[in-house]
Amino acid sequence: MGERVHVRTNINGDAADFLCEPRQSLLEALRDILGLTGTKEGCNDGNCGACTVIMDGRILDSCCVLAVEAEGKTITTIEGIAPLDGLHPIQQAFLEEAALQCGICTPGFIVAAKALLDREPDADEARIRHWLAGNLCRCTGYDKIVRAVLKAGEMMKQGPAIGQRAGVLGGKAGGTEAGKSVEDVYMA
Amino acid sequence: MTITGERGVGASRSYKVVGTSPIRHDGVDKVTGRARYGADINMAGLLHGKILRSPHAHARIRSIDTSKAEALPGVRAVATAKDFPIVQMQELDFGGAQRNSRMMADNDLAYRKVLYQGHAVAAVAATSPHIAEEALELIKVDYEILPTVLTWKDAMKENAPLLHESLTKRFTMDRSSQGKDTGVRSNVASQIQFKLGDIEQGFREADVTVEREFTTQTVHQGYIEPFACTASWGPDGRVTIWTSTQGIFGIRETVAGIMDIAESAVKVVPMEVGGAFGGKGIGYMEPVAAVLSKKSGHPVKMVMSRKEVFLGTGPTSAAFMRCKIGADKSGKITAAKLHLVYEAGAYPGSPVGGGASTGLSAYKIDNVLIDGYDVVCNKQKTQAYRAPGHPQAAFAVEQVLDELAEKLGMDPMDLRLKNVARQGDRAPTGVPHARVGFKEVMEAMKAHPHYSAPLEGINRGRGIAVGYRLNGGGSGSSATINVNADGTVNVITGSMDLSGTRVSIAMQVAEVLGIAAEDVLPQVVDTDSVGWTGGSGGSRITFDTGRAAISGAEDVLRKMAQRAALLWDVQAEDVQFKDGVFFCAKNPKDKLSFKELAGKLMATGGPVTCSAMDKQGGVGAQLAGNIVDVKVDPETGKVDILRYTAFLDVGKAVHPAYVEGQIQGGTLQGIGWALNEEYFFTPAGAMANSSFLDYRMPTTLDLPMIEAVIIEVANPRHPFGVRGVGEGPIVPPLAAVANAVYRATGARMYGLPMSPGAILEAVEEQQPKKR
Ligand code: FES
Ligand code: FES
Repeated sequence: MGERVHVRTNINGDAADFLCEPRQSLLEALRDILGLTGTKEGCNDGNCGACTVIMDGRILDSCCVLAVEAEGKTITTIEGIAPLDGLHPIQQAFLEEAALQCGICTPGFIVAAKALLDREPDADEARIRHWLAGNLCRCTGYDKIVRAVLKAGEMMKQGPAIGQRAGVLGGKAGGTEAGKSVEDVYMA
Repeated sequence: MTITGERGVGASRSYKVVGTSPIRHDGVDKVTGRARYGADINMAGLLHGKILRSPHAHARIRSIDTSKAEALPGVRAVATAKDFPIVQMQELDFGGAQRNSRMMADNDLAYRKVLYQGHAVAAVAATSPHIAEEALELIKVDYEILPTVLTWKDAMKENAPLLHESLTKRFTMDRSSQGKDTGVRSNVASQIQFKLGDIEQGFREADVTVEREFTTQTVHQGYIEPFACTASWGPDGRVTIWTSTQGIFGIRETVAGIMDIAESAVKVVPMEVGGAFGGKGIGYMEPVAAVLSKKSGHPVKMVMSRKEVFLGTGPTSAAFMRCKIGADKSGKITAAKLHLVYEAGAYPGSPVGGGASTGLSAYKIDNVLIDGYDVVCNKQKTQAYRAPGHPQAAFAVEQVLDELAEKLGMDPMDLRLKNVARQGDRAPTGVPHARVGFKEVMEAMKAHPHYSAPLEGINRGRGIAVGYRLNGGGSGSSATINVNADGTVNVITGSMDLSGTRVSIAMQVAEVLGIAAEDVLPQVVDTDSVGWTGGSGGSRITFDTGRAAISGAEDVLRKMAQRAALLWDVQAEDVQFKDGVFFCAKNPKDKLSFKELAGKLMATGGPVTCSAMDKQGGVGAQLAGNIVDVKVDPETGKVDILRYTAFLDVGKAVHPAYVEGQIQGGTLQGIGWALNEEYFFTPAGAMANSSFLDYRMPTTLDLPMIEAVIIEVANPRHPFGVRGVGEGPIVPPLAAVANAVYRATGARMYGLPMSPGAILEAVEEQQPKKR
């Protein structure tokens, strides 16, 4: 075990300091040290995009970046995509278009799509397919994902108000209770 | 109480909720990163477990020395197969196929022999995953290397080395029975046979006969979430397991069996599942994590790497198929013969029964002989993959039919329609078909604009194929419904939601109760909190758990009608329910909506809670069909999918958007299987492409939009006609793409995958004959 290193970053708008081993990846730091488990691991070698985050405006596979390389960087993860009072248009569009099945790839797709649409809300199908080619989904056949990103682009052009429709289920969402039990009260 | 218009099968009835596409209840958690999957768990004192895997495909374990690993600072426990109580109690046997705990123990940690590269041999729990990995390198295993039996062909050779000395061949004529033991020691674990009519006579009556041989390779389900679980062994001898699985009760049974404790001493808590497709129907690491937790006194979390997923879990079978079909001049099939050999991998249990009982079943054929062989070899123990065993058989049958149509000068769809099986016709299994939509699917394909659209340009071709899927099993589901005072209800099930079944079950409850889907709150809970429920597989959840939830909801209505009767001072029989409103037959002024009455439950006797269970004989049969256009680059052999239309008889689409998603997703997997995916093995049996870089699954760039066409021929076994949708879509693509490649190149593809090199080779070989 190497000596631990102090890393200072900004994650999802807040200063985030952590101690990590030099051999740990940014993905490990996010998930295991900071408790930000929304970023997923599918392969740990840069081939699935489940671990996609935005670092200083660029998307990257956090499994292929060392945690110490995040020093001084600004990072956005899936937990930082939604505004306080609702959902981001991309998230809303994924729900409306049924663009997720198991959902494990979804955080990676949404983060990657945000980096695209922030710059190019007009991206067409070919551009979207090209941009998302580093993100694997095994459930959907990509059809509805591409449609959701197209729709989100439209929504984003119409302004932020649409993205802030709170409570898509009228505040009564059942949510995922899976995994929660009496012994299990830890959360990020 | 009378419930008006509630039951009765038929697409004719109108629905308020079923058939709409509301936002799924677990959606917000899944688009915000809040949903918790197998690996998203942390707790005080958590240790991390790692597994040492065999570098050899076949070897005897002489000894395992773990002392150095145990001495490494940070290591808290080391385990081998000897730590599984069942291993001390029982010798390896092969009875009970799928749920044989002794066999699973042997696969989870090898005892006397390793049977494939990647077979687990020891495990370590340490304070960090990195320390655990370092410790693995300190474990010394003394192997006596044995000759590798890598394929079905090697395994079936005379005098082939035997994987299991005690394995003898079984013979059965019924997919659900183990059949009788022939006593013959062999790598052939079993033979399944179906016979109808007189096969010799049938072929004598044929004017045209086509016989071909086909092969497919080992492919993986390719779920994006690797296996992950956490176990915590308590001082009271009870163990809690958090895991990403298709079936919490199956995991409970396995852990209890392997650890020799009562099932009720095991609590399995489901995490969200990041893709499964059959592959997560059983666990691999739960018993190992349980042992490590017991030995260390700490909770232990285990997460596989992608490489471990490829090496250490069950892909589906590589297979060999020989198919012979004869027809008379009119196109009527007079006889068909199907010979199937499926690799089971290290232990018996390939899905050859799935192939044998479905390959020819879409057609009415009087003279049939089907033989299927389940063969062990030194590869990963295969597991279910979406319509297990069906696609391989369809790959053969649907290509032979394509050739037959060409020889007869018939439209390939007309040939299929001429022979389509209908209700009452006997399938090769001997079982008559129930109400099925085979003809409707075929007619929809033929009538679809894609079928007749001009396909211009060179090197292009259009292929079609259908795929029959059968689920004759059915394990059973429980559901509990609690009515809340605000007019919502909680629906509690033990059915892991792989793809949107929370919403599809909630919608069925909403339909019965006359409330909105959003007012039904579905929860998936642990094994202590709901009645026994079989795993989420076999396309059965919307169907089976749906049926349980529907009968629970009907019970809710009956109980609530009694409360209304109390309020109105009438008999319960006088209360009627229609369109979400209770009213009094005697005094129509007396009426209460579901929500209003829900608010009066405490004042009329207390809460309403209803539990129900359902155990059906399976979803039944359905047909899928594909039309696909491809373009093949004559220089490189690369196939581009230009257009894809996928059809499925779903019975009734509860949530059409997610039904389309299932059709599109199954199609993607079928295309990957057809064009790219395969395990490459070295001659010594090591997998040479165990990463997503080298095991290439389809990306956004490899596919066009996929048009999903939903056909609804109601299933008589479900109140709303549901047939299930998960598996059917993966059955036709292998053959449909192959038929399209044939039309584009003139070359028949007898093997998968149809990689660029394989296509160039086939074109080269077949050119003189075809052109
Ligand atoms: S986990 Fe990083 S790319 Fe797959
Ligand atoms: S929704 Fe399951 S991998 Fe994309």
